[in-house]
Amino acid sequence: MVSAVFHSSLDTRSSEFRARTAAAVPKAAALQEAAAPVLADAPGVDWRGLALKIVPPVLGMALLVAIWGVLTRGSTTFPTPGATFAEAVKVFSDPFYRNGPNDQGIGWNILFSLERVAVGFGLAAAVGIPLGFAIGRFEVISNMASPLISLLKPVSPLAWLPIGLLVFKAANPAAIWTIFICSIWPMIINTAVGVQRVPVDYLNVARVLNLSEWKVITRILLPAVLPYMLTGVRLSIGTAWLVIVAAEMLTGGVGIGFWVWDEWNNLNVKHILIAILVIGVVGLALEWALIAIARRFSYDDV
Amino acid sequence: MNSFIEVQDVEMVFATKKGRFHALREIDLAVCKGEFVTLIGHSGCGKSTLLNLIAGLTLPTSGVLLCDNREIAAPGPERGVVFQNHSLLPWLTCFENVHLAVERVFGGRESKAQLKARTQAALELVNMGHATAKRPNEISGGMKQRVGIARALAMEPKVLLLDEPFGALDALTRAHLQDELLKIVARTESTVVMVTHDVDEAVLLSDRIVMMTNGPAATIGEILRVDLPRPRNRVELAEDNHYTHFRKAVLDFLYTRHGHVEILAA
Repeated sequence: MVSAVFHSSLDTRSSEFRARTAAAVPKAAALQEAAAPVLADAPGVDWRGLALKIVPPVLGMALLVAIWGVLTRGSTTFPTPGATFAEAVKVFSDPFYRNGPNDQGIGWNILFSLERVAVGFGLAAAVGIPLGFAIGRFEVISNMASPLISLLKPVSPLAWLPIGLLVFKAANPAAIWTIFICSIWPMIINTAVGVQRVPVDYLNVARVLNLSEWKVITRILLPAVLPYMLTGVRLSIGTAWLVIVAAEMLTGGVGIGFWVWDEWNNLNVKHILIAILVIGVVGLALEWALIAIARRFSYDDV
Repeated sequence: MNSFIEVQDVEMVFATKKGRFHALREIDLAVCKGEFVTLIGHSGCGKSTLLNLIAGLTLPTSGVLLCDNREIAAPGPERGVVFQNHSLLPWLTCFENVHLAVERVFGGRESKAQLKARTQAALELVNMGHATAKRPNEISGGMKQRVGIARALAMEPKVLLLDEPFGALDALTRAHLQDELLKIVARTESTVVMVTHDVDEAVLLSDRIVMMTNGPAATIGEILRVDLPRPRNRVELAEDNHYTHFRKAVLDFLYTRHGHVEILAA
């Protein structure tokens, strides 16, 4: 979500800038002929636009690091950017080492977290999407499920953790259970809304062509609902990634959330900062991947 | 007279949130095989409702509809429908959109190659053979409507039902498609029921024009037989006395005797 907002504001700014330069060009041309090359350059590579897209984000990052550097100068408790960077190089130079169950490389930690998210999220998709279809297609089921969903959706995912621990009597399934329960709601709701919003015209086409229920599902419902479904999936994976860190802090084991907590117990703040960055990057990558998938499957309904 | 579609004393009442809405009353209509009938009337007069009843998309509150002496209880492949807004599936190519219909009707009897040939032939019939791999959002409104017609024709329906098929098109495209529709209908000898609000379109295309009174509780006001010889040429007809006579008769019905009452209704 953050990335989308970020991009759109950049785009409007650069297009504004282009509009302003375009308006300025005729005036300049009237004054002096030297303005002509500016126009001639325009169809080629838009260096100015490209620079405007790259420079501000880099500047923003630099500013953050600069503020961090200034605030931590001479501090003994909070690491400086330089020290953190040096530590990051060390951490990432050997990401897949194994010194016993509680001391493994950052690569393993990320992979274990991703595995939990994948399992919990996959189960949620396997249950949530068909359930969403049923809710969207049959009013009785919708009336049955909607009060339950409204009641359970606002519950903090971590409140489900003890239930998971109680039922599964192990940390790892409990963490997966927590991911499952928190990522299922957006998928159910979005799929159901998508099914309810399938244009009546398409369903009339299905009736006129006398399509079988299987064809109705594969050729009409599924493609029509897919964009909604993918929005649900995207929302869920964001939440799932948020929750896994918190869940792992509580359950332990190998995982990026556990790593953060472990390094806090070791008072290794540099590693915590690295972990924060890594969590952010992985979350962003997941989001981007799903946006790319959603774009691939979206169609223009014109 | 061998009537192919029969509408007998049909009433249509919709249950809406504001209460019951009496849309159609006492509709009696018989359409012969190979006949081109248009339904014309002001908006809200229930002409689309009548077409949906013939299509089987809605069922009448009372009365009977017959197609080929069988009661119309649901949509069927013998009645091909062209929708007002083309209703092509945006995620399928033109070819796939038509193929969906072909597959359903002929899938059990014919080979895959035959089905493909049928689809291609239907698209070529409406001059869309060149755009089979395109998706609906890549072609113009007129082209979409042609593919919609191809989809309906590909099922080899006994009746073609068209719901204001050219309503959303510009005048030139509309004229062009009307001419093509005339040619196609002449070639396939289809029975056609078409809803329109365009007087010229009705006179140019129809054998009979069914003029409907204003709703609520609309009914058939008058049926005008248009016995102009076919093939019809719109340019020649523009100066034809009979043509202008028919045109005047429809206009007279619509505007003098049944002027729009939307203001009163509202």
